[in-house]
Amino acid sequence: MMKCYFDHVATNPLDTRVLDAMMPYLKDDFGNPLSIYEPGSKAKEAIENARGQVASLINSKPSEIIFTSSGAEANNFALRGIALARQNEGKHIIVSRMEHHSILNSARFLEKMGFAVTFLPVDKHGMVDPDVVKKSITKETTLISIIHASSEIGTIEPIEEISEIAKEKKIIFHTDAVAAAGNIPINIKELGADLLSMAAHQFYGPKGAGALYVREGLRIVPLIYGGIQENGRRAGTENVPAIVGMGKAAELAKEEMNARIEHVRTLRDRLIKGVSSVENIYLTGHPDNRLPGHASFCVEFIEGEAMLLLLAAKGIYAASGSACSSKALKASPVLLAMGIPSGLAQGSIVFTLGKDNSGDDIEYLIAEFPQVIKRLREISPYAKGWGIKGEGGECIVQK
Amino acid sequence: MKFVENVKPDITTDIVYMMCPMHLLKLEEKMRELDDGQILEIMTDYDGALEDIPGWCDKTGNEFLGIEDSGDYYKFYIRKKVRR
Repeated sequence: MMKCYFDHVATNPLDTRVLDAMMPYLKDDFGNPLSIYEPGSKAKEAIENARGQVASLINSKPSEIIFTSSGAEANNFALRGIALARQNEGKHIIVSRMEHHSILNSARFLEKMGFAVTFLPVDKHGMVDPDVVKKSITKETTLISIIHASSEIGTIEPIEEISEIAKEKKIIFHTDAVAAAGNIPINIKELGADLLSMAAHQFYGPKGAGALYVREGLRIVPLIYGGIQENGRRAGTENVPAIVGMGKAAELAKEEMNARIEHVRTLRDRLIKGVSSVENIYLTGHPDNRLPGHASFCVEFIEGEAMLLLLAAKGIYAASGSACSSKALKASPVLLAMGIPSGLAQGSIVFTLGKDNSGDDIEYLIAEFPQVIKRLREISPYAKGWGIKGEGGECIVQK
Repeated sequence: MKFVENVKPDITTDIVYMMCPMHLLKLEEKMRELDDGQILEIMTDYDGALEDIPGWCDKTGNEFLGIEDSGDYYKFYIRKKVRR
């Protein structure tokens, strides 16, 4: 049976070249970077080399990169660290409804601490309107955080425009670029964000390594106190092999970015075209302004979990934006925020492609997917669909 | 404690929100960048620095000029000793 991995927003396989770079630090070069003798200084040197590689991926200074354990930690650090650092200037922060839970739940935590949080609406493509951002700003606003690209629907947000608005109002701007960094070009100088989160395993690096870009001169309250690692801003003995892996993965992502984008975009377009032959299937997210390897849909009359199980039985591994209905009976908040009716949102399916996917993988999916849908619809208890009309009668998903 | 105002530093380092021992590590690091007789300004909200920085100056022979209280944090001023 063929095995096709189409869940690259969940995680990527580790590039063997990355593993090769990491191996010495998992074996012989085990020193603690804080130790002053040779094994320590070797580890320290490896971390600083990785810092340079990650900085180069987004065109920042190495000193502006703080290594973390994950993208989620970087997001928590950014939101809580900046909100707390600036609480004497104001206690209002702005995030969008498109954010990852590491942002949404950090914002909710801050709400409990007495901060006011605005959760911005999005349009039918999941886009944040910069004008709405502008209108949401109050005298108390100290921080805006908007996701760079959604892992669930692939939409790329107008980050440069929002960052301009934030700059004008002297508000700190963070972007969660976990799904974007290493997959599409990011030049922090053009993007203009003050903080940016990344995760290594989203670009063929190891799990357990993330980074937060913090613009030079910005004060941030640490999330983890302890030693002097990361210049006193993130304590804990460094995960040296993972950091080295993140650096190598960043270097490779930068070198191979254009070829990778071209490869996954071509495959994705074939996938979208092929899958669209199924009746009552709708592309979610922005039709053009989306991650190059990202194809997400809502399928009427079917639950996402059921699709995932049947596809997995055929060796096809994908994701659903919806939480398992048997567990939570809850549709994806992102899809609901876009105005997709909750019933239709249950039928979410997300295919995300990577550099190792081939044309054969896509052909296999296009051949098998309609059969899975047919079988599930035969046993679906829902005679009629949930409808695809928004409140104003406007079609909110695209065929 | 000696309070000062309007001291003009040659180098400034901002370590607000950074805890012990960053105030001493940064102090040493930045002092190396200064020429003899030049002044370092350290911004910190770490209360332990109120004892540690004057103590470090005593021990090393650098001149502790004083602090300025900025409300949320302190500014420490240190003049690098002139070597003969």
